[in-house]
Amino acid sequence: MQRIGVFVCHCGTNIASTVDVRVVAENLKSEPGVVFSAEYQYMCSEAGQKLIIDAIKEHNLGGIVVCSCSPRMHEATFRKTAAAAGLNPYMVEIANIREQCSWIHKDKITATQKAIVLGRAAIAKVNLNAPLKAGETPVTKRALVIGGGIAGIQTALDIAEAGFPVDIVEKNPTIGGKMTQIDKTFPTLDCAACILTPKMVDCAQNENIKIYSYSEVDAVTGFVGNFTVRIRRKARYVKEDICTGCGLCTEKCPQKKVPDEFNLGLSNRRAIYIPFAQAVPKVATIDPDYCTMLKSGKCGVCSKVCGVKAIDYTQKDEFVEEKYGAIVVATGFNPISVDKYDEFSYSKSADVVTSLEYERLMNAAGPTSGTLLRPSDLTHPKTIVFVQCVGSRCNDERGKSYCSKICCMYTAKHAMLTREKYPDTDVYVFYIDVRTPGKGFDEFYRRAVEEYGVHYIKGMVGKVIPHADGKLEVQAADLIANEQIIVNADMVVLAAAIEPDKSARSIGTMLTASMDTNDFFTEAHPKLRPVESPTAGIFLSGACQGPKDIPETVAQASAAAAKVIGVLAKNTLKGNPCVAHSDEQMCNGCSQCEKVCPYGAITYVEKEYRNFDRTTIVRRVAQVNEAVCQGCGACTVTCPSGAMDLKGFSTKQIMAEVDAICK
Amino acid sequence: MQKILIEKAKQLICDGKVARVLGWKKGEFCYDITPFMFTDVKDLEENFVFDDFCGANLSKYLIPYARKEGKTLVFLKPCDSYSFTQLINEHRIIKDSVYAVAIPCYGKADVDKIKAKGIEGILGIKPTSDRNGYAVSTLYGEETVARDDVLLEKCMSCKSKKHPTYDELLFEEGEVVEDCTRFDEVARIEAMTPEERFEFFRNELSRCIRCNACRNVCPACTCEKCVFDNADSGVENKAAANDFEDKLFHIIRAYHVAGRCTDCGECTRVCPQHIPLHLLNRKFIKDMNELYGDYMAGSSAEEKTPLTSYKLDDAEPSIVYQRGGDKK
Repeated sequence: MQRIGVFVCHCGTNIASTVDVRVVAENLKSEPGVVFSAEYQYMCSEAGQKLIIDAIKEHNLGGIVVCSCSPRMHEATFRKTAAAAGLNPYMVEIANIREQCSWIHKDKITATQKAIVLGRAAIAKVNLNAPLKAGETPVTKRALVIGGGIAGIQTALDIAEAGFPVDIVEKNPTIGGKMTQIDKTFPTLDCAACILTPKMVDCAQNENIKIYSYSEVDAVTGFVGNFTVRIRRKARYVKEDICTGCGLCTEKCPQKKVPDEFNLGLSNRRAIYIPFAQAVPKVATIDPDYCTMLKSGKCGVCSKVCGVKAIDYTQKDEFVEEKYGAIVVATGFNPISVDKYDEFSYSKSADVVTSLEYERLMNAAGPTSGTLLRPSDLTHPKTIVFVQCVGSRCNDERGKSYCSKICCMYTAKHAMLTREKYPDTDVYVFYIDVRTPGKGFDEFYRRAVEEYGVHYIKGMVGKVIPHADGKLEVQAADLIANEQIIVNADMVVLAAAIEPDKSARSIGTMLTASMDTNDFFTEAHPKLRPVESPTAGIFLSGACQGPKDIPETVAQASAAAAKVIGVLAKNTLKGNPCVAHSDEQMCNGCSQCEKVCPYGAITYVEKEYRNFDRTTIVRRVAQVNEAVCQGCGACTVTCPSGAMDLKGFSTKQIMAEVDAICK
Repeated sequence: MQKILIEKAKQLICDGKVARVLGWKKGEFCYDITPFMFTDVKDLEENFVFDDFCGANLSKYLIPYARKEGKTLVFLKPCDSYSFTQLINEHRIIKDSVYAVAIPCYGKADVDKIKAKGIEGILGIKPTSDRNGYAVSTLYGEETVARDDVLLEKCMSCKSKKHPTYDELLFEEGEVVEDCTRFDEVARIEAMTPEERFEFFRNELSRCIRCNACRNVCPACTCEKCVFDNADSGVENKAAANDFEDKLFHIIRAYHVAGRCTDCGECTRVCPQHIPLHLLNRKFIKDMNELYGDYMAGSSAEEKTPLTSYKLDDAEPSIVYQRGGDKK
């Protein structure tokens, strides 16, 4: 039995207001092994930690239990405290009496009882704790960035600048992401392409950056410092290293009726294409869904016109395997599909567009070469209605409950630019609220209203009815004037909510990085660790973590890079000593643990054992590579005989906790 | 058929190809047949038996001989062959140490069912010429019984007449039974209310005497040290402190063999209390088929099984609610 010290924290009033900490400390004194018990206002403070250190020394404690906040918060703190007093840091157990007790209960008597029970369980466990020592593993000094939008680009550039090699995996034929499709950026109205394309070129030219375009992450194994990632390089049917990007093939290709995704289907491209002029890498890609050569074996025009013989119709998907020390997720966002919003007639009228489509209609590289024309009849619209919050702050299943954050600002931008370029146009914006926190944002919105005379009307659009004469009858409410209004518009622009890219879910699963119910990646701590995933070595950049505008995305991208550099700068990482081990006497050698191990930490050896009758027997038994094991415990629950157990979290310790709770 | 098997075994021993023969040995009564490792030709000639009472699955008895000198000859019925393949997958048997001879099976008889028909003094069993019945010879003359009336539970819903693994095939090879009805009873129990279901199993399992026969015969229960024999496990052979202990034993056992159970039906065959233990295992197999796609343990030399592999589209825990599980 250990000599155990119990330390009950008040956490100011966080714990003490709902839990009678004195009663807890007093009660736990009589638990088996406890020789010292005390309570203090802030155990994590310097004075609190000194109290622990002194008690360990004075009472010669062999193990301590701290009844405080979640171990996610301060387990590391108290382990350091124990180590400073000469105690093995793994002889510390935390009883979470804040998040799991005081914060969720109201009645002081029952909360106090529960806190005692939680403390009792931790004492039962620490009685069975054994000192553990963490091993060290080397760090692979290379980073992976998943997603080549502005977030991924900025993260990659910053990591590369610090001198570490970094790979970008981008699923599209070019890097650049959503920002390439944007015309101007708020609140300064500089041209998106002008500020983005130099960064894209920097990526291509930086010798530390390798771009895997038209590629996807296929499988991830390993752990912080030692990830192994398999990347699927999709067949583009063009030899990337030979193609010069001259574009001749894209002019000669006879298949002209392919909806151009860069222009959101507002124009057509060829079956062989370069997404846009500044694409990086500037290499053609054949779309296998439309190429007649690939589909029926008849055509081959691009191959004939290619001067450098870069076309290869026999190309297959290839797999590359690479090792990384850290992984940054920068999978970005997409506007939601507005098809379900029948009331806005998006699918009925070509002149009802989404904001991103409007962006293309305003852009010089867009389908109308920058002249604002109605998609239906290519005439100048005279009245334009912008509808805010289409799917944002929405309580039905068609939309999202959250605020998409960027729509207020880009709608103000669209309204302002429209009035600037075409002063004879009437612009209406229907909104629930206008949300413009951010540097220079509110001033920007005020300019739209005051200088540019945009009609901002508080109220939602109920219905858009397309008429035969091409007009769109917009029925809306003006909540301030308290009246129904009808606007006969030429165009309606819907500010669609944004959602995480569909690829995020599978990537999150591969990385074991947690996500919220909207499939946004969750951060390790919403305030204090906003760019780290709870999974060690996985970092978050950009809109995959939550709706963000460009300045915020870039800031987070650089922050994620700084965190990655922090990992890569180390030569070794301290491992987790809470690893699995196999009891060879019980092991059947059945290989089930090896199959479930996500880290490949388990191997088998044939070993000779003595029987009771002095004969010997050769048996196949599992062995755990402690440097590779991450202590996830999958093997321990798979093992039918119970031969696998986890140090620091043994089945016996957990059973002792359960028994203590049920006592 | 018995003669042919004995001849085959004798020949392989005499040729030095195998060192021993795993087969079935005569007991005191003709239906008291036990698995036995023969090492001697004379013993084989006198005591080796193969008839319609040979329901026992031999595969598990190969484990202690996996690393012994010389090969072991084993005769495998189709369902034994599934267990055999599964044990090879789990490295409990080394394939090269065995010479597996595949033999056909037309369903084995349950002596209890024959006795229940009032037939006494049983001396032997033979299939009738049309294989639709058995001719049972008794002290009082011969009786004929319909085959479907006296089959072992496991044979009534035979899943396969095909051998997934063997070295040599004697007689003809069969096919997987596509219209197998083995999940019908499970579906019937699934349709019960939770209370009815609990009552059903409580009633069945209340007869358990913890003789461990089901565990000892199970070819998936091959642990070096069973958790129920391990003082360190915390679930060691407990006296039945309350009426839930027996259920716990069977629930733990069902979980331990989940994904590895080949549905050989031995547990139910040997249970002296006639508890339909196969139902627990079949429920797990049915669930796995529904959640992860059809899977039959031991049907091939497979790397990954549904419970030890992971796919992105695997069922999430919320499946419990989708299937109308306890929402409390």
